[in-house]
Amino acid sequence: MAQAAMSPTGIDLSGNPRRRRKETLIRRVFQAAAVVSVVVSAAIVFSLVGRAGYFLAQVDLATLIAPSDGWFPRRGSFDVMTIFAGTLLVSGIGMLVAAPLGLGAAIYLSEYARPRVRRYLKPILEILAGVPSVVLGFFAITWITPQIVERIVPGAQFFNMAAAGIAVGILITPLVAAVAEDAFRSVPQSLREASYGMGARKRSTTLNVVVPAAVSGVVASLILALSRAIGETMIVAIASGATGGSAFTLDPAAPGQTMTAAMTALAIGSDQVRGTEGTFESLYFIGLLLFLITLALNVISDRFVRRVRQKY
Amino acid sequence: MAIAAKGPRTSDVVAQQLRGRSTDVKGIIFQAALLFALLLSLLILLVLIADVARGGLGVFQERGGEFLRGRLTVVSPTTAGVGQGIVGSLLLLIFVVLMAFPVGVAAAIYLEEYASDTRFNRFIDVNIRNLAGVPSIVYGLLGLVIFVQVLAPLTGGKTVMAGGLTLAILVLPIVIITSMEALRAVPDSIREAGFGVGATRWEVIRSHVLPAAAPGILTGTVLSISRAIGETAPLLVVGATTGLLATGGRGFFESFREGYTALPVVVFRWTSLPNEDFRALTSAAIIVLLIMTLSANAIAIILRNRYERKW
Amino acid sequence: METVTTDSPRNVHIDMGARKPNARPSGEPVFEVADLAVYYGPFRAIRDVSMSIAQHQITALIGPSGCGKTTMLRCFNRMNDLIETARVEGSVRYHGADLYDKRVDPVEVRRRIGMVFQKPNPFPKSIYDNIAFGPKVAGFKGDLDDVVEESLQKAALWDEVRNRLKESAMGLSGGQQQRLCIARCIAVRPDVILMDEPCSALDPIATGRIEDLMQNLKDEFTIVVVTHNMQQAARVSDMTAFFTAEVNEEQDRRTGVLVEYDKTEQMFTNPSDERTENYVTGRFG
Repeated sequence: MAQAAMSPTGIDLSGNPRRRRKETLIRRVFQAAAVVSVVVSAAIVFSLVGRAGYFLAQVDLATLIAPSDGWFPRRGSFDVMTIFAGTLLVSGIGMLVAAPLGLGAAIYLSEYARPRVRRYLKPILEILAGVPSVVLGFFAITWITPQIVERIVPGAQFFNMAAAGIAVGILITPLVAAVAEDAFRSVPQSLREASYGMGARKRSTTLNVVVPAAVSGVVASLILALSRAIGETMIVAIASGATGGSAFTLDPAAPGQTMTAAMTALAIGSDQVRGTEGTFESLYFIGLLLFLITLALNVISDRFVRRVRQKY
Repeated sequence: MAIAAKGPRTSDVVAQQLRGRSTDVKGIIFQAALLFALLLSLLILLVLIADVARGGLGVFQERGGEFLRGRLTVVSPTTAGVGQGIVGSLLLLIFVVLMAFPVGVAAAIYLEEYASDTRFNRFIDVNIRNLAGVPSIVYGLLGLVIFVQVLAPLTGGKTVMAGGLTLAILVLPIVIITSMEALRAVPDSIREAGFGVGATRWEVIRSHVLPAAAPGILTGTVLSISRAIGETAPLLVVGATTGLLATGGRGFFESFREGYTALPVVVFRWTSLPNEDFRALTSAAIIVLLIMTLSANAIAIILRNRYERKW
Repeated sequence: METVTTDSPRNVHIDMGARKPNARPSGEPVFEVADLAVYYGPFRAIRDVSMSIAQHQITALIGPSGCGKTTMLRCFNRMNDLIETARVEGSVRYHGADLYDKRVDPVEVRRRIGMVFQKPNPFPKSIYDNIAFGPKVAGFKGDLDDVVEESLQKAALWDEVRNRLKESAMGLSGGQQQRLCIARCIAVRPDVILMDEPCSALDPIATGRIEDLMQNLKDEFTIVVVTHNMQQAARVSDMTAFFTAEVNEEQDRRTGVLVEYDKTEQMFTNPSDERTENYVTGRFG
């Protein structure tokens, strides 16, 4: 009975050495897997920086900001402002669509929907999040352009940035809804009860108590969505046109080129003619810009998300 | 008491007051607007599906299974099909499953179960969150430099292997983050119980934590499969073929080092053709693509809802 | 076989000065704690604890919440290692061996010194698998069925579950779950069982059964139990240690100190420290 209890002194507590070695080994393997993610980041930076540097060495830096030239890599016109404006225009339209739809859906699901309704509607929204962007690109030219854009702006061109922007908005709506709904639901019930306790109605409770309390999460959801919109590629590559290059334009009913669309055009060589020295390398330069912009947005959005976590 | 009987009874007055003001019109409008936002989002999904179905179902009626076996071509709409695209997508998935899942789950286990709160581990954690937000086309550039060019002796250039590895790295952060969430949802009392009877950390993880987190981890992996099936941009960058593709008659493993195409790449290629005949084919290809991605998504959501455990 | 002897009775350190040396428990000591302090990050959770715990006795740690009882208990099997910021100073000797020596494997420590937790925490598996897990990972080579039966019998649960060993442990009542946790602990044949408020989540009837069980188990095991229930300490324990919290007003942190440690009977009838008296008579805490 209870052999261990009988042994008085000199107890060996060093454990089974084989078991300890195995434990250490397993830990190392898992750690190596985690370090892979750091290697990936290093590889991204390595892939982008060298070639982007080569590109910058080849071109006249002044031409990088010369909207009069437009973005025509084949002709050696590398005006970044043109494609940056295109990106801002498309993602701006996207946000105009996604912010009201996504936030409205999030508030409804979190504050108004009965549990049963929520259980059925939320998964459908999540399924929408699974629609590949290439499909939304196709949808933009076959349905959004004729049914929406041409009705609002008669005479809009077949390829236009408005259709691309609306499709991008559809793409990021579920993202806004999901992140914002999490934020609304993490507002403690006691805050709502405090408001109801003073005789407030549901609408004023929602607008004056729940939304302000969740504002960090709402901001985070919008920044995250903006970052996704800026990085979205296939929709603009298909629907915004101007695959060969584009002059500076801010007309949503006209074709235009975004950063990502310009990258796709370069990558698939829709202009097989070899341009000036460094034409192909401009791909890496835009890639680096895109990487830095989205990284900054993600870091900011992460800050906001953390703030929500800390509070409750 | 006799005096009170003259006026209106207190209970009536109170009842009257409790009925409140007139209907809350603003409240109703507000709620209706919110519901409209939600329903509009859902309606778009329906319109999209209806639009694609209207355009593409005819192809299946006419050609049936033959369309699913046909080759990628941009010249003859009557023989073009998605066969090579489907095969290519499945070959790519092999790499995602074999590379991203083991590494991703292992990294998640390290970060949730082993890592102490050191600066380096926090850096890894932040780094993964940022990787998840990197646009997919940037992953394409990574693949182009590392897998197509630097590792060309291994991958053979613009091959299935290069594309598959690129997609594997693309979904890695998703696998890690969802697995970490699943592990975090396992209550500490389970771990303490394991340690309390003298189990090592790995023994506790293997026997108790992983089984409890399995549904959540599985959900994440299925979601990342769905994502990988739908990704197009990085594949275009790392050189998925958009033109004619030889039918490889060689062995299974040789096919990893050959040119390839993928279903979403086929969709993209056909979308950009001016030929009206290809519009229907594109819709038909999208139907196949949506069935693959949306069913993966639906499986993930069902899994999650079914096993959402309350501790 | 040698017996461990200490040269002189250890005194409990109390800054304000203990008025009388605390009694040593009779019998061979399993644990000897000297000048123990535990920190969570920069904050000290307990300080200056010295006590020894005797074999085959039930030692109760009592005191108001936040006084460091649980922290103290978790020092005995190095469960505090699992809290990242925790740091232990001073020494805890187990049968004379330093538990916090570098060469000590905490896993081996926990095999010998088992733990039962505040809330019943069975694994979400079958009753059988709950018991069998510990022996399996410890490399047990014999018949697991026997171990399972024996452990369940010792935990007075066998008769209730013998016909449903393959069913999920989550289907048991709270009291049954806690006895299952005790059986799971016994299954690895530990020397000591640490119990952290084992009855706080249970109803009075289930509590009574656990208390009876503790009496039966003490012949075979040494038991250290944390409880906030003074009646329970008085009913089941041989020795009682009373902890209290010193409140640091500036930082709003509490540091636990051991006030008095003596035979249970003495503690509840004639405590030597005023604070103990106030606590056991219900005037404080």
